[in-house]
Amino acid sequence: MEVTASIEKERKTNLWGGGTSPLKASYGKIMMWFFLLSDAFTFSGLLITYGFLRYSYPAFSGPVSAFKPSVDYWPIPEKIFDAVPFLHGVHLPLLFVGIMTFILILSSVTMVLAVEAGQRMDRKDVTKWMLWTIVGGLAFLGCQAWEWSHFITGTEEGMALSNGVIIHGANLQVNEYGPPLFASLFFFITGFHGTHVASGVLLNVIIFYNVVVGTYDKRGHYEMVEKVGLYWHFVDLVWVFVFTFFYLI
Amino acid sequence: MEQVVAVEVKPVDKKKVKKLWKIALILGVVTLIEFVMAFTLPRGYLLYAGFIGLTIVKAFYIVSEFMHLKHEAKALIWSIMLPTIFVIWLIVALLAEGGSILNALY
Repeated sequence: MEVTASIEKERKTNLWGGGTSPLKASYGKIMMWFFLLSDAFTFSGLLITYGFLRYSYPAFSGPVSAFKPSVDYWPIPEKIFDAVPFLHGVHLPLLFVGIMTFILILSSVTMVLAVEAGQRMDRKDVTKWMLWTIVGGLAFLGCQAWEWSHFITGTEEGMALSNGVIIHGANLQVNEYGPPLFASLFFFITGFHGTHVASGVLLNVIIFYNVVVGTYDKRGHYEMVEKVGLYWHFVDLVWVFVFTFFYLI
Repeated sequence: MEQVVAVEVKPVDKKKVKKLWKIALILGVVTLIEFVMAFTLPRGYLLYAGFIGLTIVKAFYIVSEFMHLKHEAKALIWSIMLPTIFVIWLIVALLAEGGSILNALY
């Protein structure tokens, strides 16, 4: 009797002594958090590489309005990303990428509403909000596909190289918007983020299917929605940083 | 063998949902402010510092409220937040390197 009491006391005073759950979260959730931490390191590596290479190139020294793309200095993003679908030739800097940001923020909200509905065991509401989240993710991917194809196709004027050759658009060899590295980083960083969005949409579809067939009602909880929700919010979080460091600065 | 599961659906917590939409509004407004800043203020380190500050505000709301980290156990919060110190170190180290390369080349 006395021994049991002392063990109980030990457990209360020593949180990490075993027999308790110090992080007060399920195994799956903790592992999702640590996966996201490692993924955050990967994205940090990519974005810091962008910063590193940008710092090792000269910046455009004149006024912003006089900017012309050249391989000699790093481009000003608002002068490069200024196109919007169906408005050909109109200079609308960063508008399209702003729309993409709002789409992703909205799909993050619908995801968190799905999580909230899951905690209430409300299958109808989870179904509704998961569907909106999937729609948001697909809309974002569609926008990115357009953004990529526009970036690859390029402008009518193009850029004249020093040997007189005029190049249009960007790929892994040439880039009419600035140094070739700028295009490589664009493809790598937004591509890696886009891959994350695509796999997030796939996960959301799987969860949506499970919700509709009632898997989580049988299981008694909707924790899978929360775990995939963590991933989906992380994708939004990364976009917030990509938006700032690639498009604004 | 069709099994019918009886599930008790709880009513919507209006206060919680309202708070979520409020955070979404904050995120949207902060993005709009960044937009306005990009086209009204002169480019330079002051503007970049403003962008980074506002980005951290957005990241804070997403991680603490949408990802619910603020309401987790303290030990979990620290195990996620502390390792990001390495990221700060890498930023400082590589930006300094980039600057040195620029000085050496031009």
